[in-house]
Amino acid sequence: MSESSDKSQSKVRGFTWTVGDHALLSSSDVWGEALVEAGRADPRIVTVTADLAETTRLQEFKRAFPERAINVGIAEQNLVAVAAGLAAMGLVPVVCTYATFAVLRAAEFVRTDLGYGRRNVKLIGTLAGVAYGQGGPTHHAAEDLALLRAVPELVILAPSDGFEMAAALRAAIAHEGPVYLRWGRGTETPDASKRDAPFVIGPMQERVGGSDVTVLAYGPTVQEAERAARRAQRAGVSTRVLAAPTLAPLDRDSIVCAAKETRRLITVEDHSIVGGLASAVAETVARAGLAVRLASLGHRERYLPMGVPEDLMAIGGFDEDAIYEEILRVCRVAAPTADDDWEDR
Amino acid sequence: MERSLTTDEHRRLLGVSLRVRERVVRTVFRAGSGHVGAALSQCDVLVSLYERHLRVDPARMDEPTRDRFVLSKGHGGLGLAAVLAERGILADHELDTFGESGSPIGMHMDHRKVRGVETATGSLGHGLGIAVGMALGARIQRWPTRVFCLLSDGECYEGSTWEAALSASASGLTGLCAIVDRNRLTMDGFTEKEVPLEPLADKWRSFGWRVEVCDGHDHAAIDACFSRAKDQGPAVILAETVKGKGVSFMEQRPEWHYGSIDSAKLDEALRSIAEQHRAALAAIASGGAR
Repeated sequence: MSESSDKSQSKVRGFTWTVGDHALLSSSDVWGEALVEAGRADPRIVTVTADLAETTRLQEFKRAFPERAINVGIAEQNLVAVAAGLAAMGLVPVVCTYATFAVLRAAEFVRTDLGYGRRNVKLIGTLAGVAYGQGGPTHHAAEDLALLRAVPELVILAPSDGFEMAAALRAAIAHEGPVYLRWGRGTETPDASKRDAPFVIGPMQERVGGSDVTVLAYGPTVQEAERAARRAQRAGVSTRVLAAPTLAPLDRDSIVCAAKETRRLITVEDHSIVGGLASAVAETVARAGLAVRLASLGHRERYLPMGVPEDLMAIGGFDEDAIYEEILRVCRVAAPTADDDWEDR
Repeated sequence: MERSLTTDEHRRLLGVSLRVRERVVRTVFRAGSGHVGAALSQCDVLVSLYERHLRVDPARMDEPTRDRFVLSKGHGGLGLAAVLAERGILADHELDTFGESGSPIGMHMDHRKVRGVETATGSLGHGLGIAVGMALGARIQRWPTRVFCLLSDGECYEGSTWEAALSASASGLTGLCAIVDRNRLTMDGFTEKEVPLEPLADKWRSFGWRVEVCDGHDHAAIDACFSRAKDQGPAVILAETVKGKGVSFMEQRPEWHYGSIDSAKLDEALRSIAEQHRAALAAIASGGAR
């Protein structure tokens, strides 16, 4: 961890990715197509955007169903209110804009009109975390989960690749009620083995088995964690990876189980460690009275600079290298034992 | 063109307004406090809407293609509850629980708890956008649904109101009709002294809306505006109202935005409401506007 900033400097490549590239990205195409399929099967599905259909993969839906594609202009409060109104008429709005605007700009509309209103709206926040890294801190979204985790009844999903996003979108549409889908950049290679995998809202998924330490991740950090875990296995540390594509309702059983079995937990996220998975896991193990060694990787109460996402993940200390180093670090220290638990006495 | 109200119909509407105002002040007395000023200023507009223009069946408030009414000025919940009770959508015994802890009927009305309420409001600046979504939803499904939305003039300070106004005219929502309860009072005082809203009609017109301006306590004028707005939307009716209308000691006084009534004040309020009602009837009889 301590060396990560020095090391990351050597990785900074400057402007290598632009907004224009986003239109070519493969993983996002996968869920864009899934949305068109869903629209074909269900005439209740409509899309609503705030001038970002082209860069958020709603464009294919708009071409297929122009009368069911609404653009409210660059007006995020109205975006959410209009979606609530459409849902009140029995439609299923899929709303999409950048996460920082969908959630932070329109937060009280999301809470009141979708959450409390219990409207059947699927809100997709794209370019979450540092996915639009070159946009700088105004376009980074590191606080969306901290806000929305506090909204009762809201389902929060954060898939890690295009196929999982497509499946999550189908599950979100099948779920009656408001859902927030957190989506990153979509540059990662879609994992074709998951093409037909069903998505179940709720449970975490064990991606890598292990018994010394558990890494919990969601979104773009899942693949980073998987790679780090495999390196750690080769270094002799048995590392478990749990993917948490559902952040609300939270799968507390899996967290408690991992805490008891590995006694060392590392959360990794492209989000603030305040209010994100780090908080969720800390709250869960503390309430369960479990003694664990807990480390939290993610945005650490500071604004990250402008840069390409890969560099920002390194600078922020939540990329593969940072995870690998953290695994070794927490495993150099003796893990708490069951005797330390309040619960076990 | 629209037909003007018959004298009998005008008398009937005045009678409904009288009973709604009585319900409002009695409910505030029973509950201990409430947004009484706002409830009284919007009263006649809501009575006209629920008695003559809103196409709903009180027995079937879940019929999908019914007209929708969104009370964007959520603090008018007491006034809406009184109108719903008068229309038979809300039971009297339900209204009697207004403001009690745990009651479904409170300061801000809520579709999760009260039959006949279309959406939860209270936070200002949400309703018009929701109404725009409803009107779009009706059009996409080819329903004949009209959507009405009552805003306070104070909501014209909210940026989200104008976001919604822009999208409504851009979408050509002919079935959408907004009403602004233009009583010129907000919590801190008079709108034109605090942060002026005028020229308000020009603002709406420049956002692409058909604008009607009327005396918001004149049933004939209100009715004519609703009729003219039909299929001509998005249309907005700027209803020039008096906050606390009907109760002389509350009229145009900021302190009666939200207040309490003791039994002496209740008697005085009921007397004032009855007096103003008699005067309105007399004005019809003599061919006056009211």
